[in-house]
Amino acid sequence: MPTYVRTDKCDGCKDEDKVYCMYICPHDLMLLDKDGSKTGHAMKALNQEPEQCWECYACVKACPKQAIECRHYADVVPLGASVQPLRKTDSIIWSIKFRNGNTKRFQFPVRTTPEGSADPYGGEPEANMDELADHGTLFTKSTHDCDLDQFIES
Amino acid sequence: MSEYSFGNPEIIEEEVDILIIGGGMAACGAAFEAKRWIDKAMEQGINLKVKLVDKAAMSRSGAVAQGLSAINTYMGENDPADYVRYVRDDLMGITREDLVYDVGRHVDDSVHNFEKWGLPIWKQPGDEGKTLAEGGKGVRSGKWQIMINGESYKWVVAEAAKNAIGTENIAEHVFIVRLETDRNDPKRIAGAAGFSVRDNTLHVYKFKCCLLAAGGAVNVFRPRSVGEGIGRAWYPVWNAGSTYSMAAECGAELTLMENRFVPARFKDGYGPVGAWFLLFKARALNAFGENYQKKNYGSLKDHGYDAYATGLKMGTCLRNHLMMQELKDGRGPLFIDTPTAMSNLAQNMTPQEIRHLEAEAWEDFLDMTIAQCGVWAGENIEPDKQMSEIMPTEPYLLGSHAGCAGIWVSGPQDIPGTPDHYHWGYNRMTTVKGLFTAGDGVGASGHKFSSGSHAEGRIAAKAMVKFAIDNKDWNPEMARSVDEITAEIYAPVKTFLKHKHYTTTINVNPHYITPKMFQFRLQKIMDEYVAGISTLYQTNKTMLEVAERKLEMLREDSLKMRAKDLHELLRAWENYHRLIAAFAHMKHIQFREESRYPGYYYRTDYMKIDDEHWKCFTNSTFNRHTGEWKLWKVPYVQLIRKSDDEPEAIARPPSRVT
Repeated sequence: MPTYVRTDKCDGCKDEDKVYCMYICPHDLMLLDKDGSKTGHAMKALNQEPEQCWECYACVKACPKQAIECRHYADVVPLGASVQPLRKTDSIIWSIKFRNGNTKRFQFPVRTTPEGSADPYGGEPEANMDELADHGTLFTKSTHDCDLDQFIES
Repeated sequence: MSEYSFGNPEIIEEEVDILIIGGGMAACGAAFEAKRWIDKAMEQGINLKVKLVDKAAMSRSGAVAQGLSAINTYMGENDPADYVRYVRDDLMGITREDLVYDVGRHVDDSVHNFEKWGLPIWKQPGDEGKTLAEGGKGVRSGKWQIMINGESYKWVVAEAAKNAIGTENIAEHVFIVRLETDRNDPKRIAGAAGFSVRDNTLHVYKFKCCLLAAGGAVNVFRPRSVGEGIGRAWYPVWNAGSTYSMAAECGAELTLMENRFVPARFKDGYGPVGAWFLLFKARALNAFGENYQKKNYGSLKDHGYDAYATGLKMGTCLRNHLMMQELKDGRGPLFIDTPTAMSNLAQNMTPQEIRHLEAEAWEDFLDMTIAQCGVWAGENIEPDKQMSEIMPTEPYLLGSHAGCAGIWVSGPQDIPGTPDHYHWGYNRMTTVKGLFTAGDGVGASGHKFSSGSHAEGRIAAKAMVKFAIDNKDWNPEMARSVDEITAEIYAPVKTFLKHKHYTTTINVNPHYITPKMFQFRLQKIMDEYVAGISTLYQTNKTMLEVAERKLEMLREDSLKMRAKDLHELLRAWENYHRLIAAFAHMKHIQFREESRYPGYYYRTDYMKIDDEHWKCFTNSTFNRHTGEWKLWKVPYVQLIRKSDDEPEAIARPPSRVT
């Protein structure tokens, strides 16, 4: 389902520090059409190579205006369904609409800590330079128990 | 900036001590580990600079960009030696047990950190408030897997990496396409170069050492969907074989590049089957409702494949093999019986528990393969009411998931019984001095998955810090001038600008080939001659000879690739990388005269598994100036004793290996 950008919702991230979809797409698919020369819609984003879309939804989740949706791969999937998320900082809500009109809604946690707070070294030991050449340990010194009797040469 | 334009990029040169190429799990692990040692070195007056370069944005780059519903490698109550046995069995007996063991003993610490940084990990009832590190019991969906709420898995792991080294030491949207060897030592790495996909800048890095961790290779084979759905690859479509290609082209030894992964997945959406088979206990059936795995089991004996199966416990490729029988004999479609699995599970559940089960089933896809939900919703499939089709996909080249293609690296030196040819110094260093790799890059040690790739990035990073300190006074000098490198990297742009007015149709021009058509040509060759889906994964000596001729011409034509903008320059180089990775795959299949991985591919002229001659690694080097590939056998050495329930054949010592 290549993503597409709705003309009625996209504002080109004109008040943001970056164009979110363009920034986040792992495959360089999203592009801001500043002057409208590509789409006829100035200051709106587009998916410039829909057949390379992995449907990872990175752009859909990142868009501050919820302007990006997916239309499932036309060469594979019958029309009429939609799968749309609303990602918040601690959870994600999914709305699924089937082709026959049935709907489902799910909510799942996405993280247990505030966004941006991941502290790489909090509570971890400092590195010990004497152990730099020791293959048996990393700086955290949390190597799993090893039963050396399992080796042929033990 | 006005003097710089498309075709005339600004050259930005930078010298660092450690360059990390890639931003996925391995690269994030490397950043996390490296900085802690660098900080300590600084206290001793040794100043080391690290830089990470990602072709996308780290929060959503690499194989875990979309998220995952499970962490597939977590030791927990198991011993790392048992993990080695599992990997060895799944990869048909040939594995660098030192490397696998090394990942096994370090991986849990990475997982514990993920949980600390904010990744939600499912717990057994009663353990909900406890972390894994505190002894909380995870929810296993197999012996090595634990279930997670992993929508933001990569986001969280990348955040810790970014916070570790600082965004000022990270360049996003810069695609490294070339490694440069040292002027005075052709077996040593001195630099790397690439370009921004955002502005007209070309970046040249010089360094003491670098980590090449740019993922596996996707879309080297023609995929099953060839319209809009061509992007719906199982592994991420942006994994372009850059790791294998760049390593090979600077002279690094590759290993087991004949290996591939052909996952059997939910048809078209490529949704994961692991939770369905292992957690929900679903069964796979043929068109007539038969359990084909049981039915076809006897056929494993035909070519000696049964030596690698104990009952229904067998390598993933052999399970595929049992499926191939059905497809060849026209007994498809094959189904995964989700309604029976769910109703069995629901038998003793309250309505609330049943709703929870349904949510878990959907989350399995929504966390990592949203497209599968799209297929279900579009086709009105509710898994508790209707079965879904499963299907083997097109082949993928990778070293971190259930495959073991990759680069030959030096291993840890403290593992009992490792032979001399397994290590030559720094851990995870390739045969090119100063060039390290991890994750999909390291060959002969699959089943690391996300967590193991992170741990392996850490292992490599620690060794790189030591390398950088040991080589502090060495000054990198690249063998080629910046002008030469720039001319090569921007050649597709020059080609386009020079010839674009020759025809009225921008995509049809005798002077160039578009990256898209280049990719189609590659995929057609690989699919039709190198055991793709159209021959049901079969090839032979003659087919491979044809493939080689065609690939060689494609390599010649790579010099005529065009790029009409920076986005297409990205595609041009990705597809060039795909070509070299594909070439390696073809040469290795050509060299290995047996069918080591039945169910992934068959040499129809050598259908047997031939332990006597081929229970060994196959290594190769590529000379990009002459186009010559060299291949040879490298002895496999068993380090971990076999367990009681392992088949005898796996423990048979190698013989006559040269």
